[in-house]
Amino acid sequence: MEKQVILNAKHLELTLKRLSHELIESHNDFSDTVLVGLQPRGIHVVARLKEILEEILGKKITCGNLDITFYRDDFRRRERPIIPSITNIDFSIENKKVVLIDDVLYTGRTIRSGLDALLTFGRPSKVELLVVIDRRFSRDLPIQADYTGKAIDTLISERVSVEWKETEGADKVVLFTKESNE
Amino acid sequence: MNNLSVDHLTGIKDLTREDIELIFKTADSFKEVINRPIKKVPSLRDITIANVFFENSTRTRLSFELAEKRLSADVVNFSASGSSVKKGETLIDTVNNILAMKVDMVVMRHPNPGAALFLSKKIKAKVVNAGDGTHEHPTQALLDAYSIREKLGSVEGKKVVIVGDILHSRVALSNIYCLQKLGAEVMVCGPTTLIPKYISELGVKVSHNLIEALEWCDVANMLRIQLERQDIKYFPSLREYSMLFGLNKEILDSLSKEIVVMHPGPINRGVEITSDVADSKQSIILQQVENGVAVRMAVIYLLAAKIER
Repeated sequence: MEKQVILNAKHLELTLKRLSHELIESHNDFSDTVLVGLQPRGIHVVARLKEILEEILGKKITCGNLDITFYRDDFRRRERPIIPSITNIDFSIENKKVVLIDDVLYTGRTIRSGLDALLTFGRPSKVELLVVIDRRFSRDLPIQADYTGKAIDTLISERVSVEWKETEGADKVVLFTKESNE
Repeated sequence: MNNLSVDHLTGIKDLTREDIELIFKTADSFKEVINRPIKKVPSLRDITIANVFFENSTRTRLSFELAEKRLSADVVNFSASGSSVKKGETLIDTVNNILAMKVDMVVMRHPNPGAALFLSKKIKAKVVNAGDGTHEHPTQALLDAYSIREKLGSVEGKKVVIVGDILHSRVALSNIYCLQKLGAEVMVCGPTTLIPKYISELGVKVSHNLIEALEWCDVANMLRIQLERQDIKYFPSLREYSMLFGLNKEILDSLSKEIVVMHPGPINRGVEITSDVADSKQSIILQQVENGVAVRMAVIYLLAAKIER
């Protein structure tokens, strides 16, 4: 596997700050808005955005984590079931504006499951999607992000990984490419 | 490890500790799901499950049916009363007829020990044992252990006493296997006639003194006297049994520490447990029922993952 850093720590931080400002542009003081991160990787994005937004706005932002395992469309089509992660949405989303957040948007299937899972908590007035990396032109479903950190062109054989200080030791976005002779 | 090592759930005896822990971890997620405004997930919408009950049940059957429906499975129910069993149909014929209607999983309760295992060898569908005579009742044991884990943080190292009719109890046998696999110590307590002679070979302690057993334990699981399975008299009278092995508030308060009280239901109030104990803060009887749905969802979900497409 060949590794290529797409965003380093500094660029990732800049990107997250820009995304935060874009969110503030359309959600003002966040009085009717909640952030929901998709398990397992979207929750790290939420944690960072929450930190930045709370510093700028000087108030608490309501955030939750959503696990979509039971809503996936590939149950029984995989070798073995996925172990679910924790869902903690301890607030009502009824009539709220919900920003769904994930690290990478690829086929759109995770987001489709996420929408289904989200709606079991009530009827939000609006749902938006924020992703750090958009692997464009590779969608299986008609789903697009409202806020994008960086859009990149990738091959199916490639893999994109958004890594964090807390889990992988450093903030960066890496593109893994299979070498042709592998 | 995120796949069960078994294809059917016929008994706890066949499960590994990892299997049980996987079921608990999955059940944690389902417990969160059943407390949502919409208590349903779409995972099993292409699966059909038959609940085949050759013996009476309210709790277990309702619990299984709810679990199946909350996973979006299609459910058909069958009970021996009002069926062709009364007309002389064999178990295999009955089940094969149900399977001919394209059923993917069978949840079965049957009065004969080994019925679930027998069935699992004969049919293609996944089998879940919902109680086979006096043999095993695996989902009950799983939900009991899950409730202990929830209440006390873990099962490992805990002392659990099972009190009552051990001889006729499938709950007792499954509980012994399950608790031991999770690292708990188990004691059984009851009249000599209701404790099987060779039970100590399973590595459990045996006591015939309720107070002594309760002083030893962290958790007491009070079983019902199964009069319907007792072909002869095993003790002089229910009143005497109740005096010697019934748990009342007086005994509970006299203990040197606070213990957790469990009961698999149905309760015979005033026999094995008095009302004030069953309804006390130390009792987790209703939590057991709630956890039953989550645990059964986990079992069905994990077995369904193994159904071929």
